[in-house]
Amino acid sequence: MEHPYLLLDLIKVPGFEHYPHVTYTWVIMILLGLLAYLSMRKASVVPNPIQNVVEMVLVALNNLIKDTMGEKGTVFMPLLVTEALFIFTANLVGVIPGFHSPTADLNTTAAMAVVVFVTTHVVGVKIHGFKYIKQFLGPVWWLIPLMLPIEIISHLSRPLSLSVRLFGNIRGEDLVLFILLFLAPYFLPLPIMFLMILTSALQTFVFLLLTMLYISGAMEEAH
Amino acid sequence: MVKKTLVVLCVIAALCAFGVGLAMAQDHGEEEGATTLLDKGYVTFFVASVLAAGLSIGIGAHGTGIGMGNAIKGAVEGVSRNPDTYGRILTTMMIGLAMIESLAIYALIVSLILLFANPFLGIFGV
Repeated sequence: MEHPYLLLDLIKVPGFEHYPHVTYTWVIMILLGLLAYLSMRKASVVPNPIQNVVEMVLVALNNLIKDTMGEKGTVFMPLLVTEALFIFTANLVGVIPGFHSPTADLNTTAAMAVVVFVTTHVVGVKIHGFKYIKQFLGPVWWLIPLMLPIEIISHLSRPLSLSVRLFGNIRGEDLVLFILLFLAPYFLPLPIMFLMILTSALQTFVFLLLTMLYISGAMEEAH
Repeated sequence: MVKKTLVVLCVIAALCAFGVGLAMAQDHGEEEGATTLLDKGYVTFFVASVLAAGLSIGIGAHGTGIGMGNAIKGAVEGVSRNPDTYGRILTTMMIGLAMIESLAIYALIVSLILLFANPFLGIFGV
């Protein structure tokens, strides 16, 4: 698994080549910021083309969040939409030769999973107060020694599974592409690239859906 | 029934033969000009790691394939009973497949760690 040929290596700042996941995160930040700026520069009620596309994406995400979390879930739209757009763009730039997906690194995905984990617990404590602990305790008081460790372990396994799922999918696709490049250089990577686009979109959707489910699970009343 | 028993016995015999070969791999001491671990004679460590890496993803993909096949079977039957709900069933099926696939990804991560970022290399003083 050697270091691939990256486009940002042309900028010879010492130390840049050790952290491709950070430098390509900056590239994606610049891309998304540029998209936002271009779409709202001359905002009008009858939208110009870029504004139209961005509005379409945002309306679709808004409907998805309203379907899954209900009306009170739209408070979380900044977090969820940022996450979805970042992960989608980050997964897709790995398909372009010369770019490296930041989500192909466990650091990026673990950071996002930790943010989601902290959000769910902060939301739970904010809405329920300290009665939030009742969600971990189960229906009757004598089941507490059984329910509490199980609930704690299942809560701790959520960021683990979120981060490893996304990292494993994107890094696995990278490795498959890398290995196939040695077998049949020009033709064989093409179906694999199609598969990479598909799994990029799917993994974004799964991450977003799981985040919404965890947050709405922390918001609802305990059973 | 006899054929199934025969297949199981052949697999066990193959694994035993491999295990005997593995046990007979001699780890001898340092030679002149030994630089990598393989030159230093730690053959068994590499054989065991590669075997574990291969078996991990190989066996991990069995259950995933069966689980995903069941999921798609349920989805196709649901669409065939009620063709209007194609969109919602497709969405649910995709979510289910991504969940199941993550188990195979965990097995792949173990395999990749053993091959590329082996934590036991430090024990041999590399």
